[in-house]
Amino acid sequence: MSIRQQIAIVGAAETTELGHIPGMSSIELHADAARNAIADCGIDPARIDGVACAGQSPVAVAQYLGITPRYLDGTSVGGCSFMLHVRHAAAALAAGMCDTVLITHGESGRSRVGVGGFGGPGFGGATLQGQFEAPYGPTGPPTMFPMGVLRYMKDFGLTHEQLAMVAVVQREWAGRNPRAMMRDPITVEDVLASRLIAYPMHLLECCLVTDGGGALILTRADRAGDFPTPPVYVLGTGESSETPMVSQMEDFTTSKAFRVSSTQAFSEAGISHSDVDHLMIYDAFAHLPIYGLEDLGFVGRGEAGAFIEEGNTRPGGRLPLNTNGGGLSYTHTGMYGMFALQESVRQVRGTAPAQVPGVQISVAQGVGGMFAAAGTVILTNQNG
Amino acid sequence: MPSKLVPEASPETQPFWDGCAAGQLRLQRCRSCDAFYFPPRPFCPTCLSEDVVWEPVSGRGRLHTYLINHRAAPGFEAPYAIAVVELDEGPRMMTNIVGVENTPDNLVLDMALQVTFESRGEMMLPVFEPAR
Ligand SMILES: [Zn+2]
Repeated sequence: MSIRQQIAIVGAAETTELGHIPGMSSIELHADAARNAIADCGIDPARIDGVACAGQSPVAVAQYLGITPRYLDGTSVGGCSFMLHVRHAAAALAAGMCDTVLITHGESGRSRVGVGGFGGPGFGGATLQGQFEAPYGPTGPPTMFPMGVLRYMKDFGLTHEQLAMVAVVQREWAGRNPRAMMRDPITVEDVLASRLIAYPMHLLECCLVTDGGGALILTRADRAGDFPTPPVYVLGTGESSETPMVSQMEDFTTSKAFRVSSTQAFSEAGISHSDVDHLMIYDAFAHLPIYGLEDLGFVGRGEAGAFIEEGNTRPGGRLPLNTNGGGLSYTHTGMYGMFALQESVRQVRGTAPAQVPGVQISVAQGVGGMFAAAGTVILTNQNG
Repeated sequence: MPSKLVPEASPETQPFWDGCAAGQLRLQRCRSCDAFYFPPRPFCPTCLSEDVVWEPVSGRGRLHTYLINHRAAPGFEAPYAIAVVELDEGPRMMTNIVGVENTPDNLVLDMALQVTFESRGEMMLPVFEPAR
């Protein structure tokens, strides 16, 4: 059984504020986004009978919002968790396990209000990462995630200038989005002159660190008419994982989880790449859109750097990519995947600040950990 | 000055660390697949066979990829490379590169490396240096 077009996103919203929110703890960011999504579609909160989230327990979010759930999903595989929540919710809704699912994200990534320490489970002590990666001196994702970039550069001839161009193009999109944190235009020279965080990655090639959240409300397509918002149908989804240890990637120039997840989603959606009007690829770092364009099959191996450099993903280009400005320029709370989904929903609804004309199909590709996991969601405004 | 992190063995990895203490890099080999694998576990990740043995490896490999961290971890002095070495026997491991200044000019992908050991508390940690 396929869930193709059986499920619709009827409510979608981000937290009221975005960026620096020292007055809200993590759980309240979840709730702020949830209340905004409830207001977005005008749903009676009593109709929500499913809760999914990452960062907080769905038990905590349900109780905080006064929801008695009969469906819970606490899948927590990093920043793409929300793509997996959409996928699992679609299956649960199609199977009649529940009728309305609320998916929330809230993270005090910058202000660190009401959150635990950095590092996360699995990275300390006698875990495999604790023994075989941590002793070599990593100090957070910027010092691990770009591990394969030099290998990619050597194997495919990607230049430092092409890598910097990813950040330049996304800033161009952010300049059209009043909610984006970083909006001033930048050049390749600016990127390469910004300080080195972890060679070959400069500051402007690394994501922002912000506070914020987002929420989605899903129901079966036959109930979508109950709401004033234009329904956004789930056309296809996919998920996969590779390794929690970046040092154990099968191939440092490509993400197996991206390939498996997106192949499943495209197959379920029954679309080809030329059908895609708008694309989001989770950009924690500048190399992710390059890996993503290739691993999702939009371009051939080794071609993504030139594809971006030639302007194909810019405003007016033939494959608009990361149109909110992305994790590099819009916002990045830590688990950014929710924001990629929110922008896909806006583009499909036709309500994005930097709206691409005539979007019918949008693809949102998420990553979890450091190429550890992946989730893909394909959305459309077309019914049948 | 704070010291570098000391790895903590788990039951499944203890023989690896025992090897390091003896100045020897030891990995597990699956007898069915006749292939080495890493990180340690009491069965082969390819075929799930438990017919696996700990054996010393050559300690030789090549620099597969790396980055240079500019934000030091406790006990480290930035900038320093965090690298992945591909052993001649196949498996890859994260490592540091010692015996050479960690600059992009000095660290050329695919250069030959050999294992050496660095003292961490009571433990010995495998690291790599340019092959002589
Ligand atoms: Zn085997």
